[in-house]
Amino acid sequence: MAYVAVKGGERAIDAAHAWLAAERRGDPAVPALTTAQIAEQLGRAVDRVMAEGSLYDRELAALAIQQAQGDLIEAAFLLRAYRTTLPRFAYGRPVDTAAMLAIRRVSAIFKDLPGGQVLGPTYDYTHRLLDFALPDAPAAPAEVDAEPQPLAPAFGILGQEGLVEPDEAKSDDAPGDLTRDPLAFPAARDVRLQALARGDEGFLLALGYLTQRGYGNNHPFVGELRVGEASVEIEPPELGFAIDIGDVVLTECQMVNQFTGSRTAPPQFTRGYGLCFGHSERRVMGMALVDRAMRGAELGEPAEAPAQDVEFVLSHCDNVEATGFVEHLKLPHYVDFQSELETVRRMRADAEGTSK
Amino acid sequence: MSGYNFAYLDEQTKRMIRRAILKAVAIPGHQIPFGSREMPLPYGWGTGGIQVTASILGPPDVLKVIDQGADDTTNAVSIRRFFARTAGVATTTRTVDATIIQTRHRIPETPLHEGQILVYQVPLPEPMARLEPSRAETTRMHGLQEYGLMHVKLYEDIARYGRVANSYDFPVMVNGRYLMSPSPIPAFDNPKLHMSPALQLFGAGREKRIYAVPPYTAVRSLDFDDHPFRAGRAPGICALCGADDSYLDEVVTDDQGTRMFVCSDTDYCNERAAAAAIQGNAA
Amino acid sequence: MSITHPGFPDPVQDSQACFRAVLDAMARPGQVHTVTALDPPPMLDAATAAVLLTLADADTPIWLDQAAMAARDWITFHCGAPIAAATAATLALALEPVRLDAFPAGTDDAPELSATIILQVAALGRGAAFELSGPGLAAPAILEVDGLPAGFVAEWAANHALFPRGVDVILCAGDRIAALPRTVQIRQAWFGKA
Repeated sequence: MAYVAVKGGERAIDAAHAWLAAERRGDPAVPALTTAQIAEQLGRAVDRVMAEGSLYDRELAALAIQQAQGDLIEAAFLLRAYRTTLPRFAYGRPVDTAAMLAIRRVSAIFKDLPGGQVLGPTYDYTHRLLDFALPDAPAAPAEVDAEPQPLAPAFGILGQEGLVEPDEAKSDDAPGDLTRDPLAFPAARDVRLQALARGDEGFLLALGYLTQRGYGNNHPFVGELRVGEASVEIEPPELGFAIDIGDVVLTECQMVNQFTGSRTAPPQFTRGYGLCFGHSERRVMGMALVDRAMRGAELGEPAEAPAQDVEFVLSHCDNVEATGFVEHLKLPHYVDFQSELETVRRMRADAEGTSK
Repeated sequence: MSGYNFAYLDEQTKRMIRRAILKAVAIPGHQIPFGSREMPLPYGWGTGGIQVTASILGPPDVLKVIDQGADDTTNAVSIRRFFARTAGVATTTRTVDATIIQTRHRIPETPLHEGQILVYQVPLPEPMARLEPSRAETTRMHGLQEYGLMHVKLYEDIARYGRVANSYDFPVMVNGRYLMSPSPIPAFDNPKLHMSPALQLFGAGREKRIYAVPPYTAVRSLDFDDHPFRAGRAPGICALCGADDSYLDEVVTDDQGTRMFVCSDTDYCNERAAAAAIQGNAA
Repeated sequence: MSITHPGFPDPVQDSQACFRAVLDAMARPGQVHTVTALDPPPMLDAATAAVLLTLADADTPIWLDQAAMAARDWITFHCGAPIAAATAATLALALEPVRLDAFPAGTDDAPELSATIILQVAALGRGAAFELSGPGLAAPAILEVDGLPAGFVAEWAANHALFPRGVDVILCAGDRIAALPRTVQIRQAWFGKA
């Protein structure tokens, strides 16, 4: 009987997991991947998983990617579920990105600037021609003759003239943390930036793109984009001074936007900000565009586009939440469907009754 | 399971959720924001219910988990296993034996008793979410007890279809004050919410809300004097146990579209069938 | 120093058991529950200490009345709850009569941002009788309390009238607890033989 066939869910789940493990491994004649290979050779995937997983650990991110068969959202989910169980020993001090050892720094608003335009490892000027020789490329590519270096931020120059809005006043308040406290609206900029930094890259990209096409009326320029290693410091209360606990690779984007001024502020350039774990320029640029768009209310701009609606953006930018809810439609819904079925049948019966 | 705390959550998280649950009980039907954690199961698959269950569960408890009324649906199996692994508690399929029942989409047919806790998995806790997507706006409406939007929606349904078109997740008023989503249970189950001897807790993980209906609390399905609330079920009797009062699933049995109806509540069905077999043997 | 008094022998299971007692007490107003025995610090009854260990932590600013200050070090050590002014308290611990309206009652949009008052009384299950009704109760129930402050019934009526705003109270005496959520209506039934 069909009804009996749905029983045995437990065995079905075990069988599904066994099948998944076999499929993940693939043809056993092909050598198995190692997490070291993933961490070293799929760096951008690892970076994305660390950013969206909100956990800086290349080895664990590589493991998550392997376990998820390269499904990066699934991998970010694995990292997050692990992260949430970790005790918190200390809170880091704000990272000084101006002091980072940069491997790349470009500014679109200056032809040249102190320290220069540093291209670093970029795909920007690659011709997108499949490199059929890559699988057989020599084991060790040519040595790179460049040292990461500290570079003064590009903004100092404009800031001196008062043409660009200054940094917000430093605050001693602990920043919000949406992984501990539920979002409440209107959300302050600290929480907004946290949500974007771990938000879905595709969502940030699409919303940023929308603002460029008139849905949000942004006029953006890349003031500066930098990638490099920044040191993380904590200040244990029993020590009373900060200690360096390690370095993280970060990507940062300062986007400048035209602003005509308001009754209280003279015309000047405003800024949108993006920062993330690892090397992901697309992510921080999208983030900076959306951050600026969400500041519309604060700057007295009409908020008409989705990217300007804080609640809209923050409620939908998280891909672990989004994929869970979209994919939950796979779960049985037959009880609800049955109730709809009965309602539609009764409505049709009513309609036939009245049409006679 | 080693490496994790009892029932997976750390104690500080449990305390935070427990405080939210107490406020939820003190303000029946009001959604309490809570610091929902990222769970090892996906959002939308019961993370809210799981966090509530994990925060209340103890070694003496006997846990039952159902999805669509059935103990053997894959997600119910998966969640039951999660707690068997992380908390080592006893589990059951029998409604009468359970102290905690975690459910998705159904209220058991067997009447609940005092001392039991029913934990609902909730996808969208805001009853007006489909009418007003802004959380800031609906929070204000609840504060002002301003529920005109929902009444207009129901009235428009009646004008258009001659009946309210909601057949599940049918909105209710709790204790005469808060408009509440009963979660996507069929409207057939709504009357069981009213004056239940059991404590009813609702957890929405992705939306980060907890709410509650204490025992013996008035829960009224929204209706109008000239269009009283009507709970629907498929007309028919269960092909397995003969019940004519239970909520039925429609099961297609062959390629010709032959159907049969069976109880959605598998425990209710099994208990009835077993009782009938005993009577049959005695006769 | 009162911190030498221990907390729960088994923090995970004892706090779970105590929470279930508090939950059931809140869900069924007036029903008296017994909680896990423990060796409480000076001035606190076992039930009071158990409820604190169950609910208080670094995220719950707590107000202490003068008498409760004797347990301050114990609370700081075992719960980590910061001491707060009445108007900023999430939890309040009162060993002596206290005004309910001194504490946050929440807002219309967020009535949950209200204080929970842990009120230690002389006895539960004997003393003055109060008739309770409201959600959680199939029929009006009697709760006997020895040691509720004079005028409590009138103050409670004012608190109840704020609904959905209002404070909630957990009564503790010896190893027993009972709770009064803001939804409950209280009527003095008769005076018991305290």
